[in-house]
Amino acid sequence: MPPVVGGGLAGSELRSRRCGPQTATVVGPDKTADPAARSLKRPAWGSRHFEAAGRWALLALVTLLSFATRFHRLDQPPHVCWDETHFGKMGSYYINRTFFFDVHPPLGKMLIGLAGYLSGYDGTFLFQKPGDKYEHHNYMGMRGFCAFLGSLLVPFAYLTVWELSKSLPAALLTAALLTFDTGCLTLSQYILLDPILMFFIMAAMLSTVKYNSCANRPFSAPWWFWLSLTGINLAGALGVKFVGLFIILQVGWNTISDLWHLFGDLSLSMVTVGKHLAARVLCLIVLPLTLYTATYAVHFTVLNKSGPGDGFFSSAFQSRLSGNNLHNASIPEHLAYGSVITVKNLRMAIGYLHSHRHLYPEGIGARQQQVTTYLHKDYNNLWIIKKHNTNADPLDPSFPVEFVRHGDIIRLEHKETSRNLHSHYHEAPLTRKHYQVTGYGINGTGDSNDFWRIEVVNRKFGNRIKVLRSRIRLIHLVTGCVLGSSGKVLPKWGWEQLEVTCTPYLKETLNSIWNVEDHINPKLPNISLEVLQPSFPEVLLESHMVMIRGNSGLKPKDNEFTSKPWHWPINYQGLRFSGINDTDFRVYLLGNPVVWWLNLLSIALYLLLGSAIAIAVQRGARLPAEVEGLSQVLLRGGGQLLLGWALHYFPFFLMGRILYFHHYFPAMLFSSMLTGILWDTLLRLWAWSLASSSLARGLYVVGNLGLLLGTAYSFYLFHPLAYGMVGPLAQDPQSPMAGLRWLESWDF
Amino acid sequence: MLGFLKHPVVVTANINLNVVALTAVGLLSRLWQLSYPGAVVFDEVYYGQYISFYMKRIFFLDGSGPPFGHMLLALGGYLGGFDGNFLWNRIGAENALITQSRLMLLESVLIFFNLLAVLSYLKFSNSQKQRPFSPSWWFWLMLTGVACSCAVGVKYVGVFTYLLVLAVAGVHAWHLIGDRTLSNVCVLGHLLARAAALLVTPAATYVLFFYVHLSLAYRSGPHDQIMSSAFQASLEGGLARITQGQPLEVAYGSQVTLKNVFGKPVPCWLHSHQSTYPVVYESGRGSSHQQQVTCYPFKDVNNWWIVKDPGRHQLVVNNPPKPVRHGDVVQLVHGMTTRFLNTHDVAAPLSPHSQEVSCYVDYNISMPAQNLWRLEIVNRDSDTEVWKTILSEVRLVHVNTSTVLKLSGAHLPDWGFRQLEVVGEKMARAYHESTVWNVEEHRYGKSQEQKEREVELHSPAQMDVSRNLSFVARFLELQWRMLTAKSDGSEHKYSSSPLDWVTLDTSIAYWLHPRTSAQIHLLGNVVIWASAGLATVLYVLLFVWYLLRRRRKICDLPEDSWLRWVLAGALCAGGWAVNYLPFFLMEKTLFLYHYLPALAFQILLLPVVLEHISDHLCRTQLLRSLFSALLVAWYSCACHVFNALRPLTYGDRSLSPSELKALRWKDSWDILIRKQ
Repeated sequence: MPPVVGGGLAGSELRSRRCGPQTATVVGPDKTADPAARSLKRPAWGSRHFEAAGRWALLALVTLLSFATRFHRLDQPPHVCWDETHFGKMGSYYINRTFFFDVHPPLGKMLIGLAGYLSGYDGTFLFQKPGDKYEHHNYMGMRGFCAFLGSLLVPFAYLTVWELSKSLPAALLTAALLTFDTGCLTLSQYILLDPILMFFIMAAMLSTVKYNSCANRPFSAPWWFWLSLTGINLAGALGVKFVGLFIILQVGWNTISDLWHLFGDLSLSMVTVGKHLAARVLCLIVLPLTLYTATYAVHFTVLNKSGPGDGFFSSAFQSRLSGNNLHNASIPEHLAYGSVITVKNLRMAIGYLHSHRHLYPEGIGARQQQVTTYLHKDYNNLWIIKKHNTNADPLDPSFPVEFVRHGDIIRLEHKETSRNLHSHYHEAPLTRKHYQVTGYGINGTGDSNDFWRIEVVNRKFGNRIKVLRSRIRLIHLVTGCVLGSSGKVLPKWGWEQLEVTCTPYLKETLNSIWNVEDHINPKLPNISLEVLQPSFPEVLLESHMVMIRGNSGLKPKDNEFTSKPWHWPINYQGLRFSGINDTDFRVYLLGNPVVWWLNLLSIALYLLLGSAIAIAVQRGARLPAEVEGLSQVLLRGGGQLLLGWALHYFPFFLMGRILYFHHYFPAMLFSSMLTGILWDTLLRLWAWSLASSSLARGLYVVGNLGLLLGTAYSFYLFHPLAYGMVGPLAQDPQSPMAGLRWLESWDF
Repeated sequence: MLGFLKHPVVVTANINLNVVALTAVGLLSRLWQLSYPGAVVFDEVYYGQYISFYMKRIFFLDGSGPPFGHMLLALGGYLGGFDGNFLWNRIGAENALITQSRLMLLESVLIFFNLLAVLSYLKFSNSQKQRPFSPSWWFWLMLTGVACSCAVGVKYVGVFTYLLVLAVAGVHAWHLIGDRTLSNVCVLGHLLARAAALLVTPAATYVLFFYVHLSLAYRSGPHDQIMSSAFQASLEGGLARITQGQPLEVAYGSQVTLKNVFGKPVPCWLHSHQSTYPVVYESGRGSSHQQQVTCYPFKDVNNWWIVKDPGRHQLVVNNPPKPVRHGDVVQLVHGMTTRFLNTHDVAAPLSPHSQEVSCYVDYNISMPAQNLWRLEIVNRDSDTEVWKTILSEVRLVHVNTSTVLKLSGAHLPDWGFRQLEVVGEKMARAYHESTVWNVEEHRYGKSQEQKEREVELHSPAQMDVSRNLSFVARFLELQWRMLTAKSDGSEHKYSSSPLDWVTLDTSIAYWLHPRTSAQIHLLGNVVIWASAGLATVLYVLLFVWYLLRRRRKICDLPEDSWLRWVLAGALCAGGWAVNYLPFFLMEKTLFLYHYLPALAFQILLLPVVLEHISDHLCRTQLLRSLFSALLVAWYSCACHVFNALRPLTYGDRSLSPSELKALRWKDSWDILIRKQ
């Protein structure tokens, strides 16, 4: 497999080469020569031709090594590891075409499903929990796909750094850091979204850099190619996880500053600038949005069977899914008096308005019948809608059909128990300052506290109330409060169903908005629900709302250990992928500490060196030509990478959702690339400051070799973390890993 | 309102007679009938309470911000002869800025310091051009720093203005570095002066506030519980009264109470009692049926534990006492039931991934006692450190299973008397404060017999060392607690979302006269509000337009007026943005008054834009006079609205229901109308 891939890459590299030699003008507009060639005295490299050949050989080597490390022992362990239980399961859902819900966009899981499908996996494995044996199921296709994308990260990083710095040692160091990082290796070997996400992020970065290097030949074929490839990769990154947004911000920033320069170039006419702008809008906004939307179109087309995700979506949405009881159903369209209905709360995972023959316990409000919300379909969810002032049976054939309209005063009678939906000035069981809601009255005869005004929030369907589509509020006539569910779980006496209250706060929240789902009325003609099915844009919007709410619902608990963003760059603590005890096959996701701490040090050094150079330039200091070239690489190339690191790291400090160590890995890629550029620049600067040229060359070579070999050696030490270990735990002095537990918090 | 309105004009035109007149009008509109109403209005309940605490020297903690604002109010009260004995617990139950600044709330103080910071920075940058390092240069520079720290000291949102000033100063400093006419030494001097005034001074002032706060409030009060034992012990009264005179070093035979350091959801002590875990839980899982161990939020005789040497039988302290050190293995004996703290491979009642912790009862089944715990002192200086009362934060690691004693935070059901669950956490490596405990009450046990011991446990612990926490430790702890204190995101009748603020879709009823319908509302002057919003939009559009044209080398404005335009925008529009946009990310309950600091900046922008339009965009005399006429119309309109809303601002006049209904210009305004 590796040679084929190497060939594929070489092809793309060929295409890029056409605009390669001019790159230097972008890196430093006022320079003509390749900064790397200029800045270091290195006659040994010989002619350009030879150099190019060397570059190819190195790229092939780097790719080969990357694939070798990622595919080595890929089948181990032959059981479900960590989040494979989620993403493997979701891949199976695609193969089985079962609808499910996840907080991430669908592309990543779709690709996993596709890989599984193509490799002959039949979707029958249950992925129930980590540790389940795969046995005869074919899991290698999915793992192989992830490992394939994970392996490409290394050549991508290599090419990006080479493009930014034009320095082979810098590119090589970056490649070594990533190849030999146990964390990247581990994360690439399993059925996870991360390798796919990182693949798209790095591909987007690489194509941006490539396209920047074509800037002097705008509208040429390679220019268009890289620009649209950037857009495609952005769509991919966002389509896998929402954190793909950060690379979009980075590319966006890059594009804006690019346009700003073009705009300030008075030699370009406004028409040309307009063409530039239009090209970018087309490739970086329209194209990605189309592709992103297309992934959802595929997602909803493939998943057409009812499954575990139904309940998260609205009633109208569910009617799309075969197997759901709303699918192909036909019910009356508009609500009329006498209709039997179920009422569903609009907020996700609240359920249907429900009552049952149990009273509120002593001391909790009035001792009347409980009203709750319940997630499952049940006879006790049925209510009859009646006029408030008459108890006559509206279904009596002698009465004419009368539709319920916005603003009507109604009574809701519980079908099974014939009690009315009722509220009064007693405090709700769980939520303070809200009123209790009960079932009251005998055979439909109660008091004026049973009267509710029905209001339609989205009145575009007129004053009638449409099943599934109309969003309604029920306002209690006497107290003026609004019927809602707090979403809190009642204690045992309430069968752990959810609390229903009447809230005096009239703010419109989804908790107090309902829609009618089932509707039975023999006097009305049935219509097919297909008419009510939401259109694709509505489905798209709804699934995004549900995903965003799902994401923000992932809140950490106070008393749990949670990973904090400041833990990550210092490699404070890893994640257990597999196994706990000393007899288990253990895999532990932890960055190679040598690599990670070097990265951390490099960021600090970069900030120091970068600001020193920037201040010197701002003070108008005259830098020697060599230093000038190097500082350009450092400030521009390094600056882009630093921005990438910051964008992929700092937003996590603001996130309220639960965080994990592996969220840092995209930032870590950028940090490693920065390390490559920084150390190469440092060594060159140091070598330049030495008087003797042979000493300088020696120093440069030794320095680079030292870094490369050091990284490789640390990988040799830490490789059991990724490839798996059995035997005593590291805190046991007997363990071969005991000497490697450099931090107390590491737990392997 | 006018006082704010014309500020930038004042700044650029320096002194003119207007300042005096405007200040007078401003003061008048704010002090008008200030003593009315004579009842407590809205949040004055809280802030008033805090002031009383200062007067009585009682320690308190407010999650919303540092103590400087409270102290200022207290100072005002002190000067006014307020003695702190009034009980602030009953609510007598442009206009917005006036309403807010007339009442005893923090926003007006914050706005004052925000504007002072920006004003003095402008003054400073003016004198930068003329005479750097002159006394007035130093004065304005230092004043900027001090005003910034005061703003932060009043409310944490003041930090946004501080950052804005820092950013502008940073940009100016960067230009200064690029100024090649200055010598290196001179540039260095400039940078150091700015660092001293804008970084060091604010930090020092900020710490000073806390110093004063802590030295004023040295008595224990209602918020003690949130703080650590060590902090509480440093306050007068409260815990200190109990812990004073306790022996410092925990020895074998010591009787102790163990408090959880994390203390969330509530501060509590390790506890046990006669009841056992139910044989089968509601979920169908089984338990060990041994004696419950919980965490209990109240002082109780059942919170006492005896530290026992596993190699010895006695439960008393030897003479001399043998201290317990880091790494020692101990047993913990529950004082009242003499059972041993134990954990084993049984799932905990509510956290099935952790182990159950119990007091061991020998049922003679094959379940041996596992009651050895290794003591780890987290904040140790050396590996042989002695376990100290209050000061040492310890983890108890179970010897057999390597789990660590932890407060899970879950409330047990009725069988556990709703106390908090304590478990053995298997992820023993990971550090979390909920696994850390400290000794709070402590005495050397003397009684050999159980009966005597029970009497001893019931008697208060009294014995002879006083410990004082250093200021730095107290400052850091208080700071940490304030920043991590979570306000409960409960809804409030008058809470609103940031989007409502711009369109003034919300109001807050502050006060209603007990009998008549005179009332005070926080409501903006609609005209000013709308025109300020419009000015912001206009500014941004114009700015982008000019910027793009300048990039194409078309300069519509002369260089210096462009620079002034940019600076005014950076400070005013920027001030609005930094004081407004962050609220979208905040998850706490928000009110209209949170918008007022941003509004103050936005209103400052209004005259800047107006002046710009009349100076640069009205090319002909006709246009200019037309614009002036419009201005007068606009101004009288604003005055008219002010006048119409005046009764709701001052609450001095009772309006009839129909008048009130007429004033309810938006449905979302909660104007209170009494039912007849």
